[in-house]
Amino acid sequence: MRTLAMIRRVFREMLRDKRTLALMFIAPLFILSLVYFLFQGNTTTTASLATRNVDSSMVTAIKNKHITIHDVSSDKSAKTIIREHDYAGMLSQNGDKLTLTLANTDQSKSAVIKQSLQAAQAKLKGQVAATTIKTQAQALQKMQAALGAATHTPVNATADAGNLKAKLGSTSYTTKTHYLYGSKDSTFFNTLLPIMMGFVVFFFVFLISGIALLRERTTGTLYRLLATPVKRGEIISGYLCGYGAFAFIQTLLIVLFTMYVFKIQILGSIWLVLLINVLLAMVALTLGLLISTFASSEFQMIQFIPIVAIPQIFFAGIIPISSLPGWLQPVSYIMPLYYGASSMSAVVQKGVGFMNVLPNLSILLLFAAVFLVLNLLTMRKYRQV
Amino acid sequence: MTEVIKVANLQQGYGKRIILNDINLNINNGDILGLIGPSGAGKTTLVSTIMGMLKPKQGTVTVLGTPMPNRKLLGRIGYMAQTDALYSVLTARENLTFFGEMQGMSKAELQKQIPYATGIVNLNDDLDKYVKDYSGGMKRRLSLAIALLADPELLILDEPTVGIDPELRQQIWKELHRLADEGKTILLTTHVMEDAEQSSYLMMIRGGRAIAQGTPDDLISQYHVNSVEEVFLQAGRDQDAHASND
Ligand SMILES: Nc1ncnc2c1ncn2[C@@H]1O[C@H](COP(=O)(O)OP(=O)(O)O)[C@@H](O)[C@H]1O
Ligand SMILES: [Mg+2]
Repeated sequence: MRTLAMIRRVFREMLRDKRTLALMFIAPLFILSLVYFLFQGNTTTTASLATRNVDSSMVTAIKNKHITIHDVSSDKSAKTIIREHDYAGMLSQNGDKLTLTLANTDQSKSAVIKQSLQAAQAKLKGQVAATTIKTQAQALQKMQAALGAATHTPVNATADAGNLKAKLGSTSYTTKTHYLYGSKDSTFFNTLLPIMMGFVVFFFVFLISGIALLRERTTGTLYRLLATPVKRGEIISGYLCGYGAFAFIQTLLIVLFTMYVFKIQILGSIWLVLLINVLLAMVALTLGLLISTFASSEFQMIQFIPIVAIPQIFFAGIIPISSLPGWLQPVSYIMPLYYGASSMSAVVQKGVGFMNVLPNLSILLLFAAVFLVLNLLTMRKYRQV
Repeated sequence: MTEVIKVANLQQGYGKRIILNDINLNINNGDILGLIGPSGAGKTTLVSTIMGMLKPKQGTVTVLGTPMPNRKLLGRIGYMAQTDALYSVLTARENLTFFGEMQGMSKAELQKQIPYATGIVNLNDDLDKYVKDYSGGMKRRLSLAIALLADPELLILDEPTVGIDPELRQQIWKELHRLADEGKTILLTTHVMEDAEQSSYLMMIRGGRAIAQGTPDDLISQYHVNSVEEVFLQAGRDQDAHASND
């Protein structure tokens, strides 16, 4: 009941504060777009891709306006062909093994090729699945017809499906990627995006919830609230649910934006991406509320950003943790964003499932729980029961 | 008559610093206790302790038969803080509703009580204005309306009359007297003598000690003076004389 009243109040205050709303919903998209343009490079680039012995269905699936395809038959090495013609990459097929060789001198071109290839594979899989279902349905119909007529026409459903598979080419290619320069980690935006997604959610939720509770402290309304029989837990849960709802909408917006505007493929489950972000938001919320205890003005709250928020991003995997100096590596284990961002990267880029990120998610939950308890304790300063 | 507030041998402070010493107080229902003293004397500290926001360092505080601090008991106290604690992006009505809900009031009670509480402070016509558009005095009145809202047994008002014009002040006092006649108990702090004169019981605090306490008439005759103000001045001089003797 009281928690509900708290939530209603948080909603009212938020909805009437257009600037904060903009900060919550538009600023993250702005920052992500900026990162996108900075690191994706020129998106109008077209990459030239040489293909050798590749199934025509695959080639058709790869084709898009950012890719020009050159079919080659020369049996020189991929390296030589790329060098001679200045291609961005070459794809060759041997059975159902695909070998992608990327020049990687321009990472944005490599990204275009890799994305197109990934998309093509997904597309083919989808088509096969769809046609399989269709053929099966047709076969079923034929079977029913046959049964109805009580004739002995042989039913050829399996053969049909087999033909179709041949027509579409293999469904599960194994792809190996080689780089002439650098490595797969050089595709910066793809690496950066899941991390940035986690970071913007963390940052803005931290800032907005922290400042909201701070304002409540400095105007005396928190003290006034505690002069009613409300439980400290009810105040905190009102904040968590109220701002949590806005954080959820923010997360949803960011995820949809990356999917539909940047056309980033999320290999794993989108629900898992949302779950990770919501957990990150919870950690940010509870941490923001806690940090606001140590600030006595909005300006002081801002001063905590370089201490609390910014360092997180360095330990979130932009620089691979294993390449950090040994003494610095353990620091990442106390950074909530490390757990959030590495789960995000795994889900977005590698498509791992819930069980694989569960340990990280549990740690995030633990962070939130610890901050929550600390919040309840610090509120004792205002009312000692 | 029942005892509503009982403070015994209270010592209170923040951290190591002691603010209040040897405070003893007994208030029955129907009393209006005026807590008077210069700013920094420790009035707000005493009020916070009586409400149970602070645990007594030493001594005991009992309110409505319950040892303080006690969270649930806060539902029976109407409180007005010294600084206006209001949500400025909400309207007055939304502020009243929110604090009422926090106090544990139902929708029906709110519907009935909001016109009553705002009527006393003349805010009926401005109920749907945003608090950020309110003047200082209007905010003070809204804070008072919030304290009155739940029709509490005990009203604790920290400097309720600051910034309120004389005419409205009279109206508010009329209401406070009516409530006291109904058996409600009122504790208010002030540094204005007119408020002190209206109280049925006075406690003068200076430098963290209660330098005089009793009904206004008793105090006036005890100090052989003509007004409450003179009592306060005389008690202050006595305290200083006492201190220099030590
Ligand atoms: N939260 C606090 N922490 C430390 N000292 C405080 C706090 N609140 C008040 N004080 C100190 O206690 C003394 C009494 O303050 P207060 O009770 O507010 O006086 P009054 O209400 O009579 O003006 C003052 O010296 C003030 O500085
Ligand atoms: Mg005071």
